[in-house]
Amino acid sequence: MHSRLVYMDHGATTPVRKEVFDYMAPYFQEHYGNPSSLHAPGREVRQAVEEAREKTASILGANDDEIYFTSGGTESNNIALRGLARRRGKPGHIITSSIEHHAVLDVCRDLEKDGHRVTYLPVDPYGRIDPGSVRDAITDDTFVISIMAANNEIGTLQPVREIGAVAREKGVLFHTDAVQVVGQLPVDVNQMNIDFLSLSAHKLNGPKGIGALYMKKGIKIDALYHGGSQERKLRPGTENVPGIIGLGKAIELAGSEIPDKKRNLEHLRDRLIKGLQGIDEVLLNGHPSERLPGNVNVSFKYIEGESVLLSLDMEGIAASSGSACSSGSLEPSHVLSAIGLDHSTAHGSVRFSLGFGNSEEDIDYVLEKTPPIVERLRSMSPTYNSR
Amino acid sequence: MYSEKVMDHFTNPRNVGDLPDADGIGETGSFKCGDTMKLYIKVKNDRIEDVKFQTFGCGAAIASSSMLTEIVKGRTVDEAAQVSNQDVANELGGLPPMKLHCSNLAADALQNAIADYKSRRQSA
Repeated sequence: MHSRLVYMDHGATTPVRKEVFDYMAPYFQEHYGNPSSLHAPGREVRQAVEEAREKTASILGANDDEIYFTSGGTESNNIALRGLARRRGKPGHIITSSIEHHAVLDVCRDLEKDGHRVTYLPVDPYGRIDPGSVRDAITDDTFVISIMAANNEIGTLQPVREIGAVAREKGVLFHTDAVQVVGQLPVDVNQMNIDFLSLSAHKLNGPKGIGALYMKKGIKIDALYHGGSQERKLRPGTENVPGIIGLGKAIELAGSEIPDKKRNLEHLRDRLIKGLQGIDEVLLNGHPSERLPGNVNVSFKYIEGESVLLSLDMEGIAASSGSACSSGSLEPSHVLSAIGLDHSTAHGSVRFSLGFGNSEEDIDYVLEKTPPIVERLRSMSPTYNSR
Repeated sequence: MYSEKVMDHFTNPRNVGDLPDADGIGETGSFKCGDTMKLYIKVKNDRIEDVKFQTFGCGAAIASSSMLTEIVKGRTVDEAAQVSNQDVANELGGLPPMKLHCSNLAADALQNAIADYKSRRQSA
């Protein structure tokens, strides 16, 4: 059996940092008050929740009253997009991209059932959206543009600021799913012309089941849920207090560490990419430089991603794949298709997403274990043997 | 997700490779996921004397291919023709529902190899 675990699936989720866990822990048993209560235990918790809100606002350059706590990225996306559509009350036009996470794509598809029209913008072979294509797609009844800040699979960063500028100029609201970016790269909602932003704690070493929606002051949307006045009635229900506290702490830590973490991850990322490309016929998916600091996505030609993952797992290496066989739907990832990969190249895609805790030794280990795995699987592959 | 037997056949697949003097070759690709498989059979006195495979696919596809070769080796061609994808899945101790089609890949490659063998014999 393998002797170590090398976790390189931080794009899926991250471990909760000890400082975050310790900071949250008293809010289960010691500080258990309901923040809506008037008594001392309630007031004390209310104050802690509002401090977490300040920290969250601060990393985005936003105001406290522009932050709404939610259960995570998916819920934030739903509250923003469906809330806007509901407020509008009549069919309209939405612009998004063909490489969004399903937490945006599936919301858009559902809104189509209500009569809304959706433009799914194509991307270039690196997965970038042209802000000009956003401009060209805007019609009289376009009411929101939703473009992710960075792609979760191939790591490509989008020109968020430029897209935001187009939206602002045309008077269309702009939403960005930034779950992969917050805590990794600097974000300023005002400089980047962002009206709505979704973020999630478990992508930045915080707990699962908690996230936030930034909504620029003055914008009105309809609530999807009803039942209380929490989060200014946009997300009613007693707050997930330990989660909120954990989110605030995780964001506070991440915010102060962005420059160092970015430099470190980019160094490890580029070492891993270079090392993997030392194997014959390995293609890098996504943009060579405009990519998330921790994202490595490659296609090993002639072999299939799931069989690579199983083999890596046996060596204690945790990664992920966009191949049809590992998708659950037997379709290759829509992102890999959108950047123009043929089916067999998409089939051999593997994502290593680096994060807090990964070391030079981890890169050495992956670069030691991967080549023989690729060689073994290729020796079994009919397409490799008849190339 | 996978049974121990699947993992065993994935890790130590039996009969990988090709047969330069094969009497029948069957190739197949899955319309569902894009996996492909190539199966080679060597037949002597109407019995499958040797069999090899090459597979481009997931763990279940590789394990199904390997298991199929174990099942058919030593059987007569007619006996082998009766082997179904379900037989392959059963011998592997079951496959996850999403992965049952991988055993079809193996069964289809076998049918194609047998058909190739028969057509070569007819034209010989």
